Amino acid sequence: MNTHVLEVLGLKRPAGVHPPSSKLGAQTAIERAPLPETVTLPLQQHIGAPAKVLVKTGDEVKVGQVIAEAGGFVSAPIHATISGKVKQLPTVASSVTGKAVPGVVIESDGQDEWIELSPADPDKLSPSEIVSRIKGAGIVGMGGATFPSHVKLSPPPEKTINTVIVNGAECEPYITADNRLMIEHPERVLSGLAIVMKALSVKRAFVAIEDNKPQAIAKMREQVSQMKFPGDVNVHVVPRRYPMGAEKTLINTILGKQVPEGGLPMDVGALVHNVATLAAIHDAIVLGKPLVERVISVTGLVKTPKNFLARFGTPASALIDLCGGSDSNADELIFGGPMMGIAQPSFETAIIKGTNCILVKKSDLREEHDCIRCGRCVETCPMGLLPLQFVNLVKHEDYDHLINYHINNCVECGSCAYGCPANIPLVAYIKVGKLELRKLGVK
Amino acid sequence: MDNKPLVLSPSPHLRGRNSIKRDMYLVILALLFPTAGAVYFFGLYVLLMLAVSILSAVLIEYGAKMMRRRPFRMDGSAIVTAILFVLVMPPRSPLWIVVVGSLISIAVAKEMFGGLGHNIFNPALAARAFVTVSFAGALSHWIAPVHSMLADGVTTATPLSESFTYTLSKGELYKALFLGNVSGSAGETSALLILIGGLILIAFRLIKWQVPVFYIGTVALLSWVLGKDPLFQILAGGLFLGAFFMAADYVTTPLTTRGKVIFAVGAGVLVTIIRIYGSMPEGVCYSILLMNAFTPLIDRHVHPRVFGMVKRTKKEVA
Repeated sequence: MNTHVLEVLGLKRPAGVHPPSSKLGAQTAIERAPLPETVTLPLQQHIGAPAKVLVKTGDEVKVGQVIAEAGGFVSAPIHATISGKVKQLPTVASSVTGKAVPGVVIESDGQDEWIELSPADPDKLSPSEIVSRIKGAGIVGMGGATFPSHVKLSPPPEKTINTVIVNGAECEPYITADNRLMIEHPERVLSGLAIVMKALSVKRAFVAIEDNKPQAIAKMREQVSQMKFPGDVNVHVVPRRYPMGAEKTLINTILGKQVPEGGLPMDVGALVHNVATLAAIHDAIVLGKPLVERVISVTGLVKTPKNFLARFGTPASALIDLCGGSDSNADELIFGGPMMGIAQPSFETAIIKGTNCILVKKSDLREEHDCIRCGRCVETCPMGLLPLQFVNLVKHEDYDHLINYHINNCVECGSCAYGCPANIPLVAYIKVGKLELRKLGVK
Repeated sequence: MDNKPLVLSPSPHLRGRNSIKRDMYLVILALLFPTAGAVYFFGLYVLLMLAVSILSAVLIEYGAKMMRRRPFRMDGSAIVTAILFVLVMPPRSPLWIVVVGSLISIAVAKEMFGGLGHNIFNPALAARAFVTVSFAGALSHWIAPVHSMLADGVTTATPLSESFTYTLSKGELYKALFLGNVSGSAGETSALLILIGGLILIAFRLIKWQVPVFYIGTVALLSWVLGKDPLFQILAGGLFLGAFFMAADYVTTPLTTRGKVIFAVGAGVLVTIIRIYGSMPEGVCYSILLMNAFTPLIDRHVHPRVFGMVKRTKKEVA
């Protein structure tokens, strides 16, 4: 029987959870943040090899100048995000992994002097020229995963991509950056989509937006009807249900196809790009601008939640101050959303390409109890896993068996831990399990 | 920005409102309906049994936790067990047996196995089985509904026992069974009140509707096939109470919905076989305890369908 029919009859409940949306800044227009006095740019803002530094202390740099080149195929260059002088080359803590990575600190000269940009007409570029410009602009997946975009756009010859899905789901609570981008700049997002469709000669695209963003849906629909695309483009409204924006969940919801375990979207002929990534692709090709800034939500326990267009390397504290400061009860700083975001040790941590949100909140630490086998984690797991078994196996240090329960299929969305009545931090156990499994060399 | 240290915890940083306590108190809320029925039909003595049961269960849990050097938490699970135990007992059980029941359910069936979440058998039913075989004589006193708070009650046969006879019409008998106006364990007689409690459990997503439906459905179908009156078989005895409050217990039944259905069907078959071919009139307690023993086996073999696995298997076959 059709899955939808089963769901309506209550015979099958869709996986996932419904945390409160808390989209505090949804009605607040994007504001350009003032230029920071200094920026700290870690040389790894993407998945893959770190970028290799090209500047030394004392060098004068302009906005958009490459300060570190890609360290391999799966890598991306880093550009200066303000003009000024390279002050030092320190080792900084990654805001994603917490590990030490090389970084570049630039002190602003206040001029905001850009390199000479080379705009292009996308219609006159070949697919390979488009991909190489995207690579040169340092574009990575801006939904948070930060996978270098040019790699996604270079599928191996045996894989055919026939559908592009634009990810505007923004299913994480609090974050409003993509929502505002779709409302205020639908033309940039869709121009980016047209460029991607051309680069891959794809004839079909879906713009996926959760049903709690009616303004974004309306704006994107209006814009789609006004533009010409190299194929069919449809705005596809998806139900609000976390983790709708997870790539595999989104593809399954829209296309009814499941990406095989360990596989990539291209295995089912799909390619998913976040709306911010597409806007950046538009800027890179049409305006010739490398990736130096992004839309970021600053929200939670701040006086006025806002959405900023901010340069990478800006410390979180500067943006929080622009929101009128944080509440005195706040004791947690998250980069990303509350479900998958990463807690930061300091308000001085700088934002990077993947930072879509700065969330200031009060911590909610709860005492962990023994599992009562209620089965909620099983029911809500979007990947059809048995999350509680990972906890049992990790507790018993029985890492070998994790593979039998398909641990690597876990996307760490946190639905299991969200609903756990025993307050078990399941994702933390799963992360430990994955790490130990990797140490054992099991793939 | 002040310099107070920031909390560094793993994601997710947002937690839902579920808690063990909330679950347990919701179960207690649902149990209030059959419990009220028990007091209504069998008098204030049932209330006394409840008080003794709850008090002894909580004290025994406290003692057991101290002996095991584990923190004692008033999470409500001991209260649930204590109420359930009274509901499955004859309504005039001696109070000292109620205390023995708490000792078995809490100290033996639960804490000795490692506490809530680790017990293999349903604590209330394990205690019921223990006291039934240990004190058979003292527990053979079944009374007819008294409809009065203080009356002693007249000894009578329960509907499922061989000596049960009735003078009512068939329709009136079904009505009496449905409303609970028959002899039986304290809280098992009223299908209606159990149903109300059960619907609360389903509405709060504490149990899956599949469990009672497949459990009761299997008994009805198999009884009919074996030439018994299916409606009488499902309404008489403790089937409804077992189906909503024990066969759907978190800890002692399988994790997946498919596993729960296997459990429910298995228990349904066992009830019918015990009732029709066994030497005991009722089989609900043993059917669930026996299936509890199969739960680890079911969980080992029945897994949810892993996302992305369907395609691959098809490809491999092709």
